[in-house]
Amino acid sequence: MKQTPTEPTKAEARKVSTDVTDLKKAPEAPGRRHGRSRLTAGQKPRWTALAAAGGSLIIAAAIMALIGFNIAGLLIFTAIFYVVSMYVITTVIENRRKATDGLWTNLIIGSFLVALIPLISVLWTVVSNGTPGLTSPGFFASDMKGVTGITDQKTETGELPLIGGIKHALIGTMLITLAATIISVPIGLLTSIYLVEYSNDNMLSKVIRFFVDVMTGIPSIVAGLFAGGLMMFICQTLLKMPPGSNVMGFSAAVGLSVLMIPVVVRSTEEMLRVVPNELREASAALGVRKWRTTLKVVLPTAISGIASGITLAIARVVGETAPILVTAGVALTTNFNLFKDWMMTLPVFIYRQLMNPTAPMAPTASEERAWGAALVLIIIVMLLNLLARAVAKIFAPKTAGR
Amino acid sequence: MSTTTAPPALSSRSSGRAGDKIFSGLTLAAGIVILAVLAFVAGYLVLESVPALFAPADQISAGTSFFTYVFPIMIGTLITAAIALLIATPIALGVALFISHLAPRNLAKPVGYVIDLLAAIPSVVYGAWGMLVLGPLMVPMYDWLHTYLGWIPLFGEPTTTGRTLMTASVVLAVMILPIITALSREIFVQTPKLHEEAALALGATRWEMIKMSVLPFARSGIVSAIMLGLGRALGETMAVTLVLSPGLLTANLIGAGNQTIPSEIALNFPEAFGMRQHELIAAGLVLFVITLAVNMVARIIVNRHKEFSGAN
Repeated sequence: MKQTPTEPTKAEARKVSTDVTDLKKAPEAPGRRHGRSRLTAGQKPRWTALAAAGGSLIIAAAIMALIGFNIAGLLIFTAIFYVVSMYVITTVIENRRKATDGLWTNLIIGSFLVALIPLISVLWTVVSNGTPGLTSPGFFASDMKGVTGITDQKTETGELPLIGGIKHALIGTMLITLAATIISVPIGLLTSIYLVEYSNDNMLSKVIRFFVDVMTGIPSIVAGLFAGGLMMFICQTLLKMPPGSNVMGFSAAVGLSVLMIPVVVRSTEEMLRVVPNELREASAALGVRKWRTTLKVVLPTAISGIASGITLAIARVVGETAPILVTAGVALTTNFNLFKDWMMTLPVFIYRQLMNPTAPMAPTASEERAWGAALVLIIIVMLLNLLARAVAKIFAPKTAGR
Repeated sequence: MSTTTAPPALSSRSSGRAGDKIFSGLTLAAGIVILAVLAFVAGYLVLESVPALFAPADQISAGTSFFTYVFPIMIGTLITAAIALLIATPIALGVALFISHLAPRNLAKPVGYVIDLLAAIPSVVYGAWGMLVLGPLMVPMYDWLHTYLGWIPLFGEPTTTGRTLMTASVVLAVMILPIITALSREIFVQTPKLHEEAALALGATRWEMIKMSVLPFARSGIVSAIMLGLGRALGETMAVTLVLSPGLLTANLIGAGNQTIPSEIALNFPEAFGMRQHELIAAGLVLFVITLAVNMVARIIVNRHKEFSGAN
């Protein structure tokens, strides 16, 4: 066979010096195609993926032209054809193992792209639909007092601007979340301190840890039912208050606490465990009592992680609807008193505006208010998340892994 | 030399000892409060549902007994959660693998953050999205399914609003996706590096490495992640309440009808009184028991896995 002249690459040049004869035989190797170097012989050329994508796009477009065009269908068909054609091409040029590897790589990347679709769609919907409501004058400064079906119909026909706002819901959300935080943080913190510092992994701590884990799975609506029942028991049976006095913002806060405590316990416990034992031992060696060690050494060391955990817990409960719906209910006007009367929150406001529009025949105004409130709610939650991340990132102890 | 005087500081330390006792007592009390709350939740639900469980037939809204009332909505809950799980699990595992083994290191972190964003969006926003955006989008697909696969009872007469059990399941799938992703990703990255490198050194492709070293290591973790996702899907209220236009139990997934327990409670509880209230609380008890069982099984698997992975 005739020898083809080869331009040895850098990687090969090293090899040439040791084994020149082997390189000269290389053209006879079965894998050598495309006139490329031996190291990449038998691999599909780089442009294969591009060509497969282009071909898939053309075939998909042809099919869509036959059955009616839409962009989603085009993308789906292109993706399917691309994955299949890459599998076939790789099987033919390389081998089945490489093809299977490529197939799964494509599928995994595909699943990631699919997961992005709803996220982008939700965020885009909320931002684009929420902006008009959010920017309407008085959206933050007014509640739903004086907003009736008639005014909403006028809004839809354009006689009136969008009136009504989320002042009452915003205030309710803040008060109820604050109350829930005040209830759950001490209980959660103390429990995790017990679990880490005092329990010595006894039976009780195992039981507590297990049921805290189980508690994270309590359906939010059940937490609401429980809170309503508990407050009814306390108000009417123990304090002999009139019926209906258990409907108040505080009941909702109790319900949210049931959801919040397990989150606080778990995150704090993890953070306390990261605190190096040497610190506790050093403190003990100086003759400091355990409770002072815990308060002055362990907690300050872990405080960043604890704070971020609590912030995440707040972010979780701030968007809860169901427990509030069955405890504090709905209100149209601003209520500053946590311990008396109905109270509105942002999630419940969104829910009511969508399910029971103020003007059933002209729901546009209600929907606009709901989307505006949804945008505010998402912004609050995202800010809380960012805050938590910032706090954790600046101070957190180093951990392994990604 | 031998004069031994007691250190004067000792007497003042007695307050420190008391502080120790008080503080440890406080922490113990907080732990017990949590157990008490859980016990109270269970006790309250049982106590309040007893009247509904043994109520005469004419006081129950289904007309015969509590169980004929709760059975259809229980089945509806299970079906919704099951479909959501079927959709979410493969995608979630794919995303988790993408973050842990495929994505370049500096891309993995932001991607994980983006997926966590999905978890941060409140459920009521998902509900609104499902009701006003996803529902109408699904209508052409339902029409197509009914035209070509209408002989399967699952794809009966479609709705024009898209507010069906199927749409609700898709919304739930989106909501539980980040949970399954986060938990399984955590397990995937714990795979011993030596196992992975050994597989690659033997000439395995990346997928073969994942199949041989990562997935077997993570199997129990994946199972528990799926179970926890199931628990969340079962108890999810607002998304279903907003998306589904409720009705009687039917096999038709793309038409109006069906109902889930949480959504039934949320829709009716604010106006309920008397026996109806007991009935709804009893339905809540059924839901509580189901989710409790699912979560307990998941946690037991996780805890067993922890001991196992510690051996590496």
